[in-house]
Amino acid sequence: MVPSYVPLSYYLLLSGFLFACGVVGFLIKRNIITIFMSIELMLNGVNLSFVAFAAHWQALAGQVFVFFVMVVAAAEAAVGLAIIIAVYRTRETLNVDQVNLLKL
Amino acid sequence: MTANLNLWLIPVLALAGAAINGFFGKKLSRRAVTTVALFFSGAAFAMALLVVVKFSSLSLPYQEFFAHWIRITGFSADFAFYLDQLSLVMLLVVTGVGFLIHIYSVGYMWDDPSYYRFFSYLNLFMFFMLTLVLANNYLLMFIGWEGVGLASYLLIGFWFTKDSAASAGKKAFIVNRIGDFGFLIALFLLIKQFGSLNFAQVFSSVVHLSAGPASESLLTAVGILLMVGACGKSAQIPLYTWLPDAMEGPTPVSALIHAATMVTAGVYMVARSHVIFERAPTALMVVAIIGTLTALFAATIGIAQTDIKKVLAYSTVSQLGYMFMACGVGAFSAGIFHLMTHAFFKGLLFLGAGSVIHAVGGEQDMRKMGGLKSFIPWTFLTMGVATLAIAGIPPLAGFWSKDEILWKAYSSPNGSWVFWLIGVLTAFITSFYMFRLLYMTFFGDYRGAKVDGHGHAAHDAHGHGKPHESPMVMLVPLMILAVLSLVGGLVGWGNHFEHFLAPVFGTGEATTETASSFTEWLLMGVSVAVALLGWWLAHLLYYRRADLPQKIADAFGSFYETVVHKYYIDELYAAVFVKPLVDGSTRILWQGVDRNIIDAAVNDAGEGARHASNEVRHMQSGNIRSYAGWIAAGSAVVIAFMIWMWTEAR
Repeated sequence: MVPSYVPLSYYLLLSGFLFACGVVGFLIKRNIITIFMSIELMLNGVNLSFVAFAAHWQALAGQVFVFFVMVVAAAEAAVGLAIIIAVYRTRETLNVDQVNLLKL
Repeated sequence: MTANLNLWLIPVLALAGAAINGFFGKKLSRRAVTTVALFFSGAAFAMALLVVVKFSSLSLPYQEFFAHWIRITGFSADFAFYLDQLSLVMLLVVTGVGFLIHIYSVGYMWDDPSYYRFFSYLNLFMFFMLTLVLANNYLLMFIGWEGVGLASYLLIGFWFTKDSAASAGKKAFIVNRIGDFGFLIALFLLIKQFGSLNFAQVFSSVVHLSAGPASESLLTAVGILLMVGACGKSAQIPLYTWLPDAMEGPTPVSALIHAATMVTAGVYMVARSHVIFERAPTALMVVAIIGTLTALFAATIGIAQTDIKKVLAYSTVSQLGYMFMACGVGAFSAGIFHLMTHAFFKGLLFLGAGSVIHAVGGEQDMRKMGGLKSFIPWTFLTMGVATLAIAGIPPLAGFWSKDEILWKAYSSPNGSWVFWLIGVLTAFITSFYMFRLLYMTFFGDYRGAKVDGHGHAAHDAHGHGKPHESPMVMLVPLMILAVLSLVGGLVGWGNHFEHFLAPVFGTGEATTETASSFTEWLLMGVSVAVALLGWWLAHLLYYRRADLPQKIADAFGSFYETVVHKYYIDELYAAVFVKPLVDGSTRILWQGVDRNIIDAAVNDAGEGARHASNEVRHMQSGNIRSYAGWIAAGSAVVIAFMIWMWTEAR
């Protein structure tokens, strides 16, 4: 049961705020680790809206989705960090602006 | 049905030979290729002889059904064969002469690097030709008809690295296509009218068709369209121009396809359709006129040719004209008789010409021959027999059939003295140019180079000293054909041949003697006399007074030039049909439609896409944060759009 004194919109606002933080961080930060964390922030912002809706509508589907997202995020973290290490080994930098060879 | 003859085996044997040599011939030795080719064509001939043995015990027409082919409502065509006296004659000519020419080719083509390919094509030709003559419906006949055209194309262009051979093949195929167009439309008319292409059904429907202008105009149209098809295949005016060019092919091919068998397919088809033609007098008249004109026209061209094969080619066109003249006056059996004897002596003439060409190392120009009779006596002897036969000297084959045609042209109800007169004139010219060929080639002094290293493809291999006789494998077919040319006409003695074919063509055909037998003897005497006159003239001009021809040619000047250039018909066709077509295709279809519309549309689409992508490719900078920015901007646009839609919906 959702406590009645915290309305759904609060959760959504917080979720949106977290997501926006993630987007902004992704766009303005140059360090690849920070960008990676911004992605996690976006994912968790979305997760929050999922559970909020699940609680609001008394439906389990939202919660199940959150688990999926977490699993995928964990896998993605593993792969992503591996890529970051590989990039660092070859390019000796974590600045994404200098990792720009894949283009026409 | 009396007995099962397994007629299907005859063409299929030839096809098997073609397939074996075609698929595996490259790996087989020459000896193996020879064995395969001769075995399968010989087996087909043996089967044909077997048919002859059983022929008298058959109830005719004998039909053999193998499989359904096309079955739709209101129309059907089957794989089925039809054997009667007419197809029996054709069957024997095709397999018999075909087999002899196969044997001859072994010697003639032995040195050719594409030996196996030649025999594969030759057997393929046999297959289609046998399908053509045995078919029991027009559609199956048409398959054979097209198939022999294909084989002819392949064999004319056999030495396809030579430009003239390749284009001669194309010319033959394309000119034939014009005729085939007429043939096809005739078939469509028959389907529309009778719902069948089966010979038996069509002919019985035609017989029962009520008289009247409607049915007569239909049958006239069908008849004339069939004749258009026959004109293409059998090289009649106006579609004859491909046949002289077809001499680019190896000489055995000229003998088999362009003299003895394929070109007579048109005559066979017209004779087979005699029921239609008999009810369409106008169409019959067209056949007679085309045949007569072609006979005379081609014969006059033959006088001035210097290439030994070209003379024979125009002679073939002319003799085919005789056959159509016979058909046109309703004397179908006389036409078929001449078809058969012509297969003997013209096949022999071509094979002899091949032997001559072989002897002088690939030279085809008669002006560079002469005096060959002491070098190649057997070839001379056999070709002499053939020349006597074609000139119509009794009692050789050509005399019987030609005299039969001339007599029918005069006496038959559809005939006229005009046809007879032109026929006799043609007989005179025929005799003249044939003896001219004989004298120029075999008499006088040898005018060729002593050592001729430059020969045609088949004979480059061995050097040439003086002319030499051909090997036995080439001479034996010559001798057999010479015997046939000698005695082949005797089947016409006492109208035996006509009576044999009477069940096919009906007894009403021209047996009514409108003139006394005295007239018949008189006309026969005239035709023999003109033949001898032609001989005498050739003897005078090309043997005793060899200086005269040049003087005569000079005296006639421009007319002689016109004849040498075959009346400029090829040039005329080139100017009237080919050039506008080529120019139109080049200027309008190629440079106009293809290049400016179709290509331009495709190119512009490509160019446009290239330009557009050139602009947007800057988005792909490789900078991850700019990608993220684009994604964010895109999502923002999508979300904005959704919100807008949502507010609109409210």
